[in-house]
Amino acid sequence: MSLSPTMLPTLKAREVKVAPEIPISKTLPFWEGLKQGKVMATKCKKCGKIYFPPAADCGSCLSSDMDWLELSGEAEIEAFTHIVVRPQTFMNERPYTVAIGRLEEGVRVVAWLTGFRKSEIKVGMKAKLKAFVTPDGNPMYVFTRPD
Amino acid sequence: MRKVAIIGAGCSKFGERNDVTVAELAFEAFKPAVEDAGITPKDIEFVSVGTAGAGAWYEENLPAVIISEYCGLSGAGLIRCEAACASGSAAFASAYWAIASGQVDVAVAIGVEKMRQIDTLTMVEFIGRSGYYLWEFHNFGLTFPGYYAMHATAHMAKYGTTEEDLALVAVKNHKYASMNPIAHLRNRITVEEALSSPVIAWPLKLYDCCPITDGAATVILASEEAVKKFKVEDPVWVIGLGSACGTANLSKRKDFVGLESTVIAAQQAYKMAGITPNMVDVACVHDCFTIAEIMAYEDLGFCKKGEGPKLIREGQTEIGGKIPVNIDGGLKAKGHPIGATGIAMLYELTKQLRGEAVERSRQVPLKNYIALAHNVGGTGHYCYVTILKR
Ligand SMILES: [Zn+2]
Repeated sequence: MSLSPTMLPTLKAREVKVAPEIPISKTLPFWEGLKQGKVMATKCKKCGKIYFPPAADCGSCLSSDMDWLELSGEAEIEAFTHIVVRPQTFMNERPYTVAIGRLEEGVRVVAWLTGFRKSEIKVGMKAKLKAFVTPDGNPMYVFTRPD
Repeated sequence: MRKVAIIGAGCSKFGERNDVTVAELAFEAFKPAVEDAGITPKDIEFVSVGTAGAGAWYEENLPAVIISEYCGLSGAGLIRCEAACASGSAAFASAYWAIASGQVDVAVAIGVEKMRQIDTLTMVEFIGRSGYYLWEFHNFGLTFPGYYAMHATAHMAKYGTTEEDLALVAVKNHKYASMNPIAHLRNRITVEEALSSPVIAWPLKLYDCCPITDGAATVILASEEAVKKFKVEDPVWVIGLGSACGTANLSKRKDFVGLESTVIAAQQAYKMAGITPNMVDVACVHDCFTIAEIMAYEDLGFCKKGEGPKLIREGQTEIGGKIPVNIDGGLKAKGHPIGATGIAMLYELTKQLRGEAVERSRQVPLKNYIALAHNVGGTGHYCYVTILKR
């Protein structure tokens, strides 16, 4: 028996740690593309619908015959937030800005928005989607200043 | 389809409940509901339990069976429903369908959540993972305040909604929670206090966000035959039910100034009930964050799109206004134990429609005797709209 933070009697449950492996075989060109500085989407060969996040199967016409295409990265910001209270696994990050940007191709992307001062960030502003590999080897993509 | 009525309702004290297990907490809402209905557990043929955190933030993996056993319901049909923050409404809908279809005559919907057994930042992690983990959380660490904050920036940019407008929602809901003995946060606040509270996910500040709450709520549902059999004096009829889902990827929505799933679910519910939004006497809407309540006014048709801020500024959603909303304190201040929330709304509205047992200061004037509950899971990932009539 121990005492909970509220000083009430409790039992400690057995601890279990999980970190599932996430399959990426069907979206591998996307993750490989990030390493080459490309953000890739898929396009249904049958009905033409573009998917971001990339999908191996088309929910619209149920075809699984998809093409890969590189997104231009030209985006207009439609919504954003500055996240101050971070989740447990993001505690080592500085507060970050997350935005939704609409790309020229019509799809939208959720990503961090970097390289701007907070006061500059507005709905309707232009940004560029860029892919890179973080220093610890994690493929990543962010919105940043247009070139 | 058969007519279905709510014949009993109960709700636990909301707040930090480390004094009880999930089953003991559910019992606190179950017992008063059964007594209210004037039945016994043996009369209940179907049990539907709404809860989202099983095995994650509280210890039981399959809580529905633990709860039904604890409440003396073994032998009844049993289902557990998950619809994120709308799990309670999903449980209610399952119980409704079990009766409407003719399968059973008496069913119970129990909503329960225990969220305070783990620390806040781990809870922020769990809830943040509940959008689309791979595409929105894994690399970008979106939190739930963050998801709604993006709707807030979009709404502000399009309609000129201000941080003060958001604060007004919090001030109203804290006011009603201060009048509700079972609410989690019972302090009244001012606009200035709300605006100067710490930023969680800009533009949302601490007072724009609902607390992390433990709690349980129960309603007993019955067929018309059972209403007669048990001589129920004040049945509250379910006259409309609608449900819809939105995309898991926020980025695939049409826009960020409202929730399409609410619009679709509301249209279904109004159509089934044969009513228009202006006939609703009182509503409990999903105000997990202040911007959510403003979007709900618009999406539910209480005002035109973009006029939500005007409604709160004019006090039209207070008791005595055009459409009183969240007169129990809402998720914002009564608390948001996510599996219990949808049923806690129906508990409040049942009491309101009967004009009884609610603190007199919180009783809304009834004209059409029609009430509406609006319960969103995630940011419109799920939505349920339920319309009741006495
Ligand atoms: Zn297709």
